[in-house]
Amino acid sequence: MNNATATTLLARLNAGEIRSEELVRHCLDRAEALKRLNAFVHLDLERTLDQARAIDAKRAAGEPVGPLAGVPVAIKDVLCVDGEPTTAGSRMLKTFKPPYDATVITKLREAGAILFGKTNMDEFAMGSSTENSAYGPTLNPWDETRIPGGSSGGSAAAVAADLVPISLGTDTGGSIRQPAAVCGIVGLKPTYGRVSRYGMLAFASSLDQIGPFTHDLADAALLLRVISGHDGRDSTSAPEPVPDYVASLDKRPESLRIGVPREFFGEGLDSEVESAVREAIRVYEKAGATIKEVSLPNTKYGIPVYYLVAPAECSSNLSRYDGTIFGHRAEDWSPKHPGEENLHPLVRMMMASRAEGFGAEVKRRIMLGTFALSAGYADQYYNQALKVRRLIRNDVDAAFQEVDFIVGPTTPTPAFRLGERADDPLSMYLCDLYTITANLAGIPAISIPCGFSKENLPIGLQLLAPAFAEEPLLRAARVFERETDWNARRPAVAS
Amino acid sequence: MSLSTEEVAKVAVLARLRLSPEEIRTFTEQLNAVVNYVDQLQELDTTGVEPLAHGVELRNVFRDDVRGPSLPRDAALANAPQRNRENFLVPAVLD
Repeated sequence: MNNATATTLLARLNAGEIRSEELVRHCLDRAEALKRLNAFVHLDLERTLDQARAIDAKRAAGEPVGPLAGVPVAIKDVLCVDGEPTTAGSRMLKTFKPPYDATVITKLREAGAILFGKTNMDEFAMGSSTENSAYGPTLNPWDETRIPGGSSGGSAAAVAADLVPISLGTDTGGSIRQPAAVCGIVGLKPTYGRVSRYGMLAFASSLDQIGPFTHDLADAALLLRVISGHDGRDSTSAPEPVPDYVASLDKRPESLRIGVPREFFGEGLDSEVESAVREAIRVYEKAGATIKEVSLPNTKYGIPVYYLVAPAECSSNLSRYDGTIFGHRAEDWSPKHPGEENLHPLVRMMMASRAEGFGAEVKRRIMLGTFALSAGYADQYYNQALKVRRLIRNDVDAAFQEVDFIVGPTTPTPAFRLGERADDPLSMYLCDLYTITANLAGIPAISIPCGFSKENLPIGLQLLAPAFAEEPLLRAARVFERETDWNARRPAVAS
Repeated sequence: MSLSTEEVAKVAVLARLRLSPEEIRTFTEQLNAVVNYVDQLQELDTTGVEPLAHGVELRNVFRDDVRGPSLPRDAALANAPQRNRENFLVPAVLD
């Protein structure tokens, strides 16, 4: 069952060659054998097997089953699953069990998918390495001394190491695409509003999107189709029709004009990443695409805009974790530091609970966001960031007047070593240099494997498309996949 | 600009985070590094530029004001750090 994809497994499940229970047992055994990767923060054997047995019984009885019937899907621990631990990688939510399912979870259940464990992540999705998890870092299956990317590092590692064929992540500034790139798999961030965010623990509400991790584009199309669509419970979800991404995948896009932004090839780009991406562009050229240099002149302002907008939204969203209704409450909130004796006991309870519940990076971002929104600074920082966000979107709109897709690297470098950037927040933030544009502009973007460094570390190619153009985006990515076999490579640990 | 430890201490109270004097010093240093970095946005002239709050711009969404099922009380209280049969319990707000 190794090297399988959801699509190939479904064919075998539907043909009666394997049962979901066998498949799930196999995945559970592998997850146990590779526990050291720390991809999962929660796995419930019995509940997982129960779902598989239920699907097997349905199939055996000849009842209709959904498009993912019997296929295990790993879930980033930021998505609410009714009655299952949902910690968002935080000590704050160590004992939290949501009383309802996220909409994507409801959709997965309806599709017959097996909800296979909750995956490790940077706390509240803030980070690029999964080192900010309260439950320890996840290791990169290609080199266990390196980071798997983040914040959805557990979901990426679980697929890369073949613990599960597919998984869900979330992407606020690159948290699906960056781990996909450094783990050698496919990761897609849909258009803002394509997938309901109901039941996703919010980080930055104007940027967050849920999306798939897979080994290939057929699986990405399949999983995206299942989770997409308008939802009355998320007022930002879009009432756009959902195309049949699977049916059209092998059709070449009618127009294949590809823009290469010169700003994506500047200072800070690793030379091996650059060569792999340049080679990928030649593959497109040989396949008949028109290649054109374009400019996204405000690219370099993406990170400063993001590190004002995202912390501002996070400081507001995370104010709900105050030790009153759910989450961690401190046992002792008596005054401890100078000045605290003047504060109301309720305020001290909240301050102590949040100090104990949150890790350093989350605190840093809450502080930064609170500052950026505070009286006297909001205009200078937050509002200026929103204006520059408009300029970045205008750049993207202008480029899409000339080309159908934008192509470049997903990350500036391959996976770095665990601990290498832990003490330097700014160097960690630079991981998002090429991915942030899609979140700020709201457009879909995908990372697909496009090569390896000399040290055998995966490299990702990023493609961006206009809003709600996931269907042509997948088809354009498929043009590359058909010409290459990078996505068939597996780390030694997966064999 | 440069933030002082006093300003950072004030922000910590606004953010409801109890920080030790040592943490305040560390955060002051780290926040100043990030603030100096984001200060490059000041070099852009954004006169007349409309702020963009969402990448895909949205209009307000209305629905009929119909009461639907809501969370049962016990489910809503199940994750409370402290509760009685009907309520969340917190330190007294009024003396």
